[in-house]
Amino acid sequence: MQNLMKALGPGQSGGLKMGTRLRDMIRAVRACKTAAEERGVIAKECANLRNAFKENDQDYRHRNVAKLMFIHMLGYPTHFGQMECLKLIASGGFPEKRIGYLGLMLLLDERQEVLMLVTNSLKNDLNHKNQFIAGLALCALGNICSAEMARDLAPEVEKLLHNNNSYIRKKAALCSVRIVRKVPDLIEYFTNPAVGLLTDKHHGVLIAAVKLCHELCQNSEAALEQMRKQVQTLVRILKNMVVSGYAPEYDVGGITDPFLQIRVLRLLRFVGKGDADSSDVMSDILAQVATNTEGNKNAGNAILYECVLTIMAIEAIGGLRVLAVNILGRFLANRDNNIRYVALNTLVKVVSVDTQAVQRHRTTIVECVKDSDVSIRRRALELVYALVNQSNVKALTKELLEYLKVSDQEFKSDLTAKICSLVQKFAPEKQWYIDQHILVMAEPGNYVKEEVLRTLIVVISNATELHGYTVRQLYRAMQRWSGQEGLAQVALWCIGEYGEMLINHLNELPGEEPLTVTESDAVDVIETVIKDVRSSSNTQAFALTALLKLSSRFSSTTQRIKDLIKPHKGSLTLELQQRSIEFGAILNRHDNIKGQLVERMPVLDEATYVSKKADGTGIALAADGKRATPVVGGDILANGGPKQETTNTLIDLLNLDADETPVNEPRKSAGDHLLSLLGVDPLSDSNVGTAPSVGTSSDNVLMDILSLGTPAASTAPSSSTSLFPPAPPADPFAGLGTAAPVDPFAPAGGNAPRKTSLLDELDVLPQVSRKTSLLDDLGPAVPKDKGSLLDGLDTIPIVPATTSAYPTVTALETSGLKVLFDFVKPPGNPQSTVIKASYINLSPSPYTDFIFQAAVPKFLQLQLEPASGSVLPASGGGVITQTINVTNTMHGQKSLLMKLRIIYKVDGQDKVEQGQVNNFPQGL
Amino acid sequence: MIHFVLLISRQGKVRLTKWYSPYTQKERTKVIRELSGVILSRGPKLCNFVEWRGLKVVYKRYASLYFCMCIDADDNELETLEIIHHFVEILDRYFGNVCELDLIFNFHKAYYILDEVLIAGELQESSKKSVARVIAAQDTLVENAKEQAGSITNMIAQATK
Repeated sequence: MQNLMKALGPGQSGGLKMGTRLRDMIRAVRACKTAAEERGVIAKECANLRNAFKENDQDYRHRNVAKLMFIHMLGYPTHFGQMECLKLIASGGFPEKRIGYLGLMLLLDERQEVLMLVTNSLKNDLNHKNQFIAGLALCALGNICSAEMARDLAPEVEKLLHNNNSYIRKKAALCSVRIVRKVPDLIEYFTNPAVGLLTDKHHGVLIAAVKLCHELCQNSEAALEQMRKQVQTLVRILKNMVVSGYAPEYDVGGITDPFLQIRVLRLLRFVGKGDADSSDVMSDILAQVATNTEGNKNAGNAILYECVLTIMAIEAIGGLRVLAVNILGRFLANRDNNIRYVALNTLVKVVSVDTQAVQRHRTTIVECVKDSDVSIRRRALELVYALVNQSNVKALTKELLEYLKVSDQEFKSDLTAKICSLVQKFAPEKQWYIDQHILVMAEPGNYVKEEVLRTLIVVISNATELHGYTVRQLYRAMQRWSGQEGLAQVALWCIGEYGEMLINHLNELPGEEPLTVTESDAVDVIETVIKDVRSSSNTQAFALTALLKLSSRFSSTTQRIKDLIKPHKGSLTLELQQRSIEFGAILNRHDNIKGQLVERMPVLDEATYVSKKADGTGIALAADGKRATPVVGGDILANGGPKQETTNTLIDLLNLDADETPVNEPRKSAGDHLLSLLGVDPLSDSNVGTAPSVGTSSDNVLMDILSLGTPAASTAPSSSTSLFPPAPPADPFAGLGTAAPVDPFAPAGGNAPRKTSLLDELDVLPQVSRKTSLLDDLGPAVPKDKGSLLDGLDTIPIVPATTSAYPTVTALETSGLKVLFDFVKPPGNPQSTVIKASYINLSPSPYTDFIFQAAVPKFLQLQLEPASGSVLPASGGGVITQTINVTNTMHGQKSLLMKLRIIYKVDGQDKVEQGQVNNFPQGL
Repeated sequence: MIHFVLLISRQGKVRLTKWYSPYTQKERTKVIRELSGVILSRGPKLCNFVEWRGLKVVYKRYASLYFCMCIDADDNELETLEIIHHFVEILDRYFGNVCELDLIFNFHKAYYILDEVLIAGELQESSKKSVARVIAAQDTLVENAKEQAGSITNMIAQATK
């Protein structure tokens, strides 16, 4: 009737409203040849469905929802039909409810608000007299209920656990599983009924009940206690199945209900774990299951597998364990990959209980690492990893390395990491350690992680007697180099450091194959790397540093080295450009000091590195989270690492002083960075530990700083200041550039020993030097000293060595006048500072009657010496200088502060300039 | 527990999905795409387990269809294979030599059957016969309701002729 009316009604598409049949829609979708075509069909169908829903079409609602489910399965949005499911559920008939609940479960999930609306319908349906309608409601509740619904409907479900229909009972039990997962508070509420269900006759109910009990025990100690009293019941269930004859309804390949058996075994495992009494009660039946179950079909093996897991987990007696391990042995020898997978998976768990039993199968397990199946390989590798110890590490590593050569790409990084960590953990001697790493690194591809390389370098550095051997081995490996970054970096580092050992056969080990290398051969290696397109900028940076180091070790190749460094002056990578320019400058202009500059690195402190690596956090944090490189950081820097590492070296240096002088000055920019590092640095009392290792090169900077730092408490802050002058007020480097006319040596009064120490400094402080040269080189405003590393450097790092100079500061700069301050610290009195002020006239007319006045806060004492003159020639044509003595009574707590007033006459007119100087270097 | 069930054809088309753990629509699409890539590319002789995001996917191929179930890492993989087989056998009995087309055109029936086998990601019935019995009973209920509705429409149609 309704239909008819609709067909006759004014609706423009009465025929369409009925739409196509579900079957036809599926056909239409299947007939689509392209994705676009399919989208078209779906869009049209969705439009029809929306119309039908809007008009509240009842006759075809179930068909429409069915269509919607199909559309949903294809991955299109179907939210507009969610309400239709609710309407179907609310209708009276079974067919509508059936499709409505299905739609509800497919189209909605527990996170949708709409779901709450269905709570009432669910409640009604749960109590429906038709078992199937109650079943639908239980199923929907079990599959998608939210925590709120679970709480609301738990009483209804609990009631249904006692229903006399097994169909309802089993569904209610599983529904309860979901409810207690969502609302663990309800566990207590379900414990008694769950235990009651364990005596059920129906297998479906038993399966659900055992699962429910397991779920309850997992989350509640009380439930577990109660379950321990039921072990006998569980054993009886299992026994019935094991000893009973053929049960056609539950038979799977000659085994009675493997599903129920597995669930009972799993619950027994949970109950027996840590409870000797329960374990005792169940051991007979476990032995029975383990011996009587046929392992020729999957179902039987599934039970055996579960049984082995249970035996290994409970407090089993030795005999039972042997039985389980034997089953695993059989599994491992099985040809079926699934069984082998399961065996490996289980052995990983057994290894902690009984290592001996697993070691017996070592060869088989190692074979599995080479399996063609990635799942098995993963498991086997995991197991091998657990099996390795001091005694078998050599054999197993050999196997793994062989496998590494043939393994899949995706597997290699995993395997590489495992091999490296095994070698690190169990290596019996250093030579073997180094050999294995070289072998791993020589494998194609870049799978060796940076930390591993760093650790390796520390180890090499410490193995003094192996330096020659290592560099030669690496040289050999590099002859077959094919782009492996890790190998290249370590090899270049070593060639740079120990290049002469390569040529001179130093430290040759007995039995080592002799190797003849010329100086140019060694440079060849570096050239190959530096010119290879596969080398990253990081590797190329290593190469540049290696070249610089070799320039002093090898005399015959100087020109070649220069030629190799040169092209990078135009590199787009800042790091490389800097290095190239700086190294070029060192090679061309400072040959006399080069030798000391590129001294061999002191032995890296292994213990420190390890402890820092373990601690990690502090440094990693400071290094901007990019590189957690503590001590080694410094060394790699000297050889190629990026800048952050410089900071680390500095810290290590500073640290030695800092533990005596608490650094309490507020620091800015880089100083801040330092401070934070000092704060977290675990090494603050490693002074003694580090000093001896440093002592290898007598005139090393480290020593310099150390020896200076100990007597004079002020060294730490002052040196740190000089390395990182406070940036914000006036960039000290910029100041440097403009201060070019001032002789950089002047403030300290240059002499020979200082020069050496300065250059030593360079070895450890390349950051400063780089920064300077960069400014010199790139800053268009800087007039002079193009590319001069050392000129730029002079003013700065002299300081820590002589404790007398600070960067020049522009105290005042106006359109016509510039005031520069240079600082000298008289030795022995940290409180006083001598400021040499220079005044420059920037205007075209000369200044006369020039008077400089200054005021300071109370904690400072000021004494102005007479100026060198009172007439300032035009356009910087002359300079007036004046000495100012300042005493800081709160030295170390407050920094200098000064107000200036300058009075002079221009063309007969009085002029006054005023300003405040707050950009004094820290530590004055 | 079983987190989800997937039926994927050899061409990567989805034939059935059932999610027992909450996944958003976006995640579902991603999971399906990811897993069909992994599973369809595995060779025939390899084991039926794939480790995936800390879980395990147990799959088995029947003719052109891959049946996949995602389980927890410490669940029994062999048993899950058995559950898959259990489900397939029930489908087979219901449709009589089931094929992919049966599952495409009667996808809702496949879901009804699955709902009698699993609830909340747990197995609910180990007897194939009893599943077949309840499904048949429910189908009869629907048929009866349809017939009734049909006869009413007929009566109305005749009355209004």
